[in-house]
Amino acid sequence: MQLALFIIVAIFTIGGALGVVATRNVVHAALFLLLSLLGAAGAYLLLFAEFLALVQVLIYGGAVTIVVLFAVMLTRSSEYPRITDNRQWPLGLITALVLSSVLGAAFWLTPADADAERKAPVFTDLASSLFTKWALPFEIASLVLLVALIGAIIIARQQNVVVTDDTSPEGED
Amino acid sequence: MTAYDLYLVSPLLALAGLAMMVIIVDLLTRRTGLLVGVAFVGLAAPAALSAWQLAELVSTGESRLSAQGSVVLHTLSIDRFSLFFNFLILAAAGLVILVSTDYSRRMERLQGEFFGLLLLSATGMMLLVSATELITMYIALELTTLPLAAMAAFLPNGRSSEAGMKFLIIGALSSALMLYGMALIYGFTGSTRLDEIAAALSAGASAGAFPFGSMAVLLAIVLLLAGFGFKMSAAPFQMWVPDVYEGAPTPMVAFLSVASKAAAFALVLRVFYVGFDALGGDWWVLLAGLAALSMTIGNLVAIAQRNIKRLFGYSTIAHAGYILVGVAAVASVDGTATFGPSSVLFYLAAYTAANLTAFFAIVCIGNRINSDEIADYSGMLRRAPFLAIALGLALIALIGVPPTGLFFAKIYVFAAAINTGESLMTWLVIIGVVNSAVSAYYYLRIIKVMFLQTPIHTERVGASWPVNVALGIATLAILWLGVAPTPLLGAAERAVSVLSGG
Repeated sequence: MQLALFIIVAIFTIGGALGVVATRNVVHAALFLLLSLLGAAGAYLLLFAEFLALVQVLIYGGAVTIVVLFAVMLTRSSEYPRITDNRQWPLGLITALVLSSVLGAAFWLTPADADAERKAPVFTDLASSLFTKWALPFEIASLVLLVALIGAIIIARQQNVVVTDDTSPEGED
Repeated sequence: MTAYDLYLVSPLLALAGLAMMVIIVDLLTRRTGLLVGVAFVGLAAPAALSAWQLAELVSTGESRLSAQGSVVLHTLSIDRFSLFFNFLILAAAGLVILVSTDYSRRMERLQGEFFGLLLLSATGMMLLVSATELITMYIALELTTLPLAAMAAFLPNGRSSEAGMKFLIIGALSSALMLYGMALIYGFTGSTRLDEIAAALSAGASAGAFPFGSMAVLLAIVLLLAGFGFKMSAAPFQMWVPDVYEGAPTPMVAFLSVASKAAAFALVLRVFYVGFDALGGDWWVLLAGLAALSMTIGNLVAIAQRNIKRLFGYSTIAHAGYILVGVAAVASVDGTATFGPSSVLFYLAAYTAANLTAFFAIVCIGNRINSDEIADYSGMLRRAPFLAIALGLALIALIGVPPTGLFFAKIYVFAAAINTGESLMTWLVIIGVVNSAVSAYYYLRIIKVMFLQTPIHTERVGASWPVNVALGIATLAILWLGVAPTPLLGAAERAVSVLSGG
C-alpha cells in the first residue's frame, strides 16, 4: 500500500519536473511546477511529516506558483515571445545526468542508519522549539525581510528615474 | 533568553538599531553631512559594546566569557575570534561610510537607505562570524548578501542593475547549493551545531577507511565549499566578481571586497576547523586546489584589464587564493597545529587596509573624472598628489612589498603552508610566489600610468575632508601593519586559539 502510494507520488513529482523543462510554453511550465511541488508534499505525507506537507502546499503550491504566474503575466509582451526555445538543453541534460548520478552514488554508497528513530514531530514541539531553541535565527529572519522590503523599494523607485546608460565601453575578460 | 544573552548580542542589536535610525533620520533631513555623521558616530555604540566584551574576556581570563558561558542559545559564540572580526568589520564599515560622503550625493533621495543597508549587511557579517550553528549561518549569510545586492543595483543605470541582478541570482544559486550541503550534513550527523557535527564525524571517520568518512559527507563539503566560494570570491565561483565590481557603486564594492570577504573566511575557518576538525586530513586538499585555481585565474586575467574596478575584481580573486593557502595549512604531517588560521586573520586585516586605501582613492578619482579607465589616470600624481601616492602605496602593498602589512601577511601565510611539511603545500607556495611576481606587472602598470605619464587634463582632483580622513587612516594602517605587525599578530593568534580549543 505504502509502496503503491509512493510510486504514484513519485510519478507526479518526476513527471511534473520533466514537464517543467520539456514544455515550451512558460505558463504550462509553471503549472507543471505546481504538479511537481504537490507531489513533493505527498512524499512528506508518506513520511508522516504532515506539517511539512501542509506548509509545502501552502507556500510552494500556493504562493510560489502564483508569484511565478504573476511574473509571467506581467512581463509578457510582444518583445518576449511566450514560446521559449532553450538551445542549451544538451548541456543541461548532461549536467542533470552527472548531478543525479553523483547524488545517487552518494546516497547509495553511504550506509544509512536503519535503526535511526523515526518519529513525526508534534505541532506543539515545533512551535515551542521555534521560539526557544531557534529564536535567534527566527529573529534574524525578520531583519532579512526588512532588507528585502527596502531593496524592493529601491529597485521599484528607480524606474521613475530617467535611465541614463553612461557607461564606458565593454571591458574585456 | 536571559539578560546575559542580551548583553552578549548587544553589539548586534546596537548595529541593527543604528541601521534603522539612519533610515529614519533620512526621512527627517536631507543633509548628507548629518546622515554620514549619525551613521559614523553611531558605530561607536557597537564598537564600545564589543570592546567591553573583550575587556571582560581579558580580565576574567576567559573563564566567564568562555566556550560554554558565551554561547547564546547554542547559536552564537561570542569569543575572541568573533570579536576580532567584529572590530575589523566595524572599522571597514566606518571608513566606507566616511568615504561615501561625496559619492552618496548622486543617490539623491535614497542616501539613508544606502547607509542603512550597509549597516544591516555589517550586522549580518557580525552574526556570521559568531555563528556556530548551520541554520544561523545560513540566515546570517542571507542578511549579509541581500543588502549588498540591493546596494549593487543602487545607481540608476544599466550597469548597476546588471551588477545587482548578477549578484542576487548567483548568490541565490550558491546559497541553494550550500543549503543542500547543510541538509546533507544534518542528515548524516543529526545535528546542525558545529560541536555536535564534529563529534558525530569523528566517530564516523575512525570507523571507515573512505576519505571524509563517507561519500555523502564529501558531497556535502563540496556543496558547502561552492556556497562559501561565492562569498570568498574564490575561483571557480568567481564569475560574478568582475561585473559586480565594475557596475556597482564604488563604496559598496570597497565594503564588499574586504568586509564580506573577511566574514566569509571567518565562516570557513569556523566550519572547517571546528565542525570538520576530524576530517582535517582530507579537506585541505580541496582548499589547496581552490587556492591554486583562484591565484592563477585572478592574476592572469587581471593583466588584460583596462578598467581599474574590473582589475580589482580579478585582484580580489587572486587574494582569495593567497588567503586560502593559509586556510589549507591545517596541520603538519606530524600532527601539530600550524599557524595557518592566525596567518589568515592577519592577512585579512592587512588586505582590508590595503584594499580600502586603493578603493577610497578610486572613489575620489572616479567622482571627479567620471571614469574608471586606467588610461584616464595618467599623470594623476600632478593632479592629485595625495590620492596618487595613497593609491600607489596600496598597490605596492597588494604586490606584497615591504614596508607594508601585506608583505608580512604573505610571508606568514606561505610559511604556514611550508610548515605543514606536505610536498603539495610546497608546490602551492611556489605557485603563490610566481603569481605574486605576475601580479606585480599589472599593479605597477597603474603606478606607471599615474606617476610617469603626462596628464590629459590639468584640473586638480580633490575630495572633501571626511574622505581624506578615511583615506589617511587606511593608508596609515597599511604602514603601521608593515612597521609594527606584532600587536595585531598577537591578537590574531589569541583569536584563533578558540578554534583549536573546540
